Amino acid sequence: MRLFLNKAFLVLSTLTAILGLLFLGWIIVTLVSKGMESLTPYIFTHDLVDNGIRNLIWGQIVLAGLATVFGIPIGVLAGVYLQEYGNHTKYADFIRDLSDVMMSAPSIVIGTFIYAIMVIPMGHTNGWAGIAALFVMMLPIVVRTTDDMLSLVPTELREAGMAIGASKYHVIMHIVIRAAKVGIMTGLILAFARIMGETAPLLYTSGSTIYMETDLSQTYPAMTVSIYNLATMPDEKLVSLAWAAALVLTLMVLGLNLLGRYIIKEKR
Amino acid sequence: MTQNKMEVKDFSFTYKGAAKPSLRNINLPIERKKVTALIGPSGCGKSTLLRSMNRIHDLYPGNKYEGQIMLHTEDEGHTDILTLKKENDFIWLRQTVGMVFQKPTPFPMSIFDNIAYGLRLQGEKNKAVLQEKVEKSLKDVALWKEVKDRLNDDARGLSGGQQQRLCIARVVALKPEVILFDEPTSALDPLSTLAIEEMIFELKQDYTIAIVTHNMQQASRISDYTAFMYLGELIEFDTTDNIFTAPKKQQTEDYITGKFG
Repeated sequence: MRLFLNKAFLVLSTLTAILGLLFLGWIIVTLVSKGMESLTPYIFTHDLVDNGIRNLIWGQIVLAGLATVFGIPIGVLAGVYLQEYGNHTKYADFIRDLSDVMMSAPSIVIGTFIYAIMVIPMGHTNGWAGIAALFVMMLPIVVRTTDDMLSLVPTELREAGMAIGASKYHVIMHIVIRAAKVGIMTGLILAFARIMGETAPLLYTSGSTIYMETDLSQTYPAMTVSIYNLATMPDEKLVSLAWAAALVLTLMVLGLNLLGRYIIKEKR
Repeated sequence: MTQNKMEVKDFSFTYKGAAKPSLRNINLPIERKKVTALIGPSGCGKSTLLRSMNRIHDLYPGNKYEGQIMLHTEDEGHTDILTLKKENDFIWLRQTVGMVFQKPTPFPMSIFDNIAYGLRLQGEKNKAVLQEKVEKSLKDVALWKEVKDRLNDDARGLSGGQQQRLCIARVVALKPEVILFDEPTSALDPLSTLAIEEMIFELKQDYTIAIVTHNMQQASRISDYTAFMYLGELIEFDTTDNIFTAPKKQQTEDYITGKFG
């Protein structure tokens, strides 16, 4: 009987694993087959106005990139505070809970919030609002990853640092963060990959445009938003372009995830 | 110059939030350039006492010290280390009273930098001097031959025994006057343990040493004096020979003959 249960469980879990992977494979196969059609060198050198996606790639990277540039130092410092200074004081635990709540907040809610405080006052969608929405999305992920990774550094290492006369600041900067570096780096890359693929926070913050744009106070091109727009167009060529853009976006996010995994593997 | 390097006087220690003190009225001399072993069953407070002697407890605020712990330095200074308050004073204390922990704790950097770290904190910037001191301290712990060709490798790649010797070298490099060992061999294999014990024997020529161990054979092999502790109190302190051959207290005898603990 026990042997039977063992086998039944094995078969069941294998089947469900296959089911999960099946959908993932299906998505990728569909993406590739539908996206390949319009995936030509042409679309990388032209903007959406000329049926290309150059401005969209640019816009998505700038929005996610700048959100990351602001998000990393603030998030990492906050994580360091939580683990090294706040530890388990009421205030630190409150911030931790808040971060967890923020992490599971629906992204459309964050988009609406930024719309209210940054888009309405400026009168139109703009790049800064998109960055702000992505920044809010990313911050709790960075805070909690840093906090978690630092908590894995053994206390003895901190004591050993203090025991040879290092100040607390010195121990944190030169020993603790260095010991947690790989984990934190991976977390940052995964957080970046996460916001790269977000649509809802950008939908009515950055909006999207068919033109190239470098002024962040204007409506800014966003790939995810444009994929949504193009996919609902009646023109088949534009729908096909949406598939190509979706494929490119998937590859970019996949690449970032692989980079994150590679770093873990290499450095550990 | 007094015979004692450190003197613990009427010392009590209470952890933050604890109702009762973990150590009560401890009086213990630590003689200059000798090895003093602290033995006793788990939870007797031997590590707590050792960790008070360089105030590493202060990483976690809210603990209460009572009494005195005097440190008599080579420059004829006499300090009650329990009165220290400023960060700079703590840095001075920890560089004067070094500590080696139970688990090897190599820093996440190269072998060279592990040892140079403390020296740089002391303000040493001259590369040649750093080089020389790193080599000297690695030789002191008999690690030089094994690592001289890979000083730039990550220290975490060394074996457990090598890591522990590296940690000792890191302390020795700072030229402390006292070295505290907190069960330094309990995570190591017998051969590495032997190597560390031999090294402690060598080190006592230049340093005053206090060691916590739960291995009684180790205490009898390497120490000159032994303090037996039980339930937060110092039961008996004497030369190691006397403690192991003619203990005065029944509890001490029971413990060293293996009746409890």
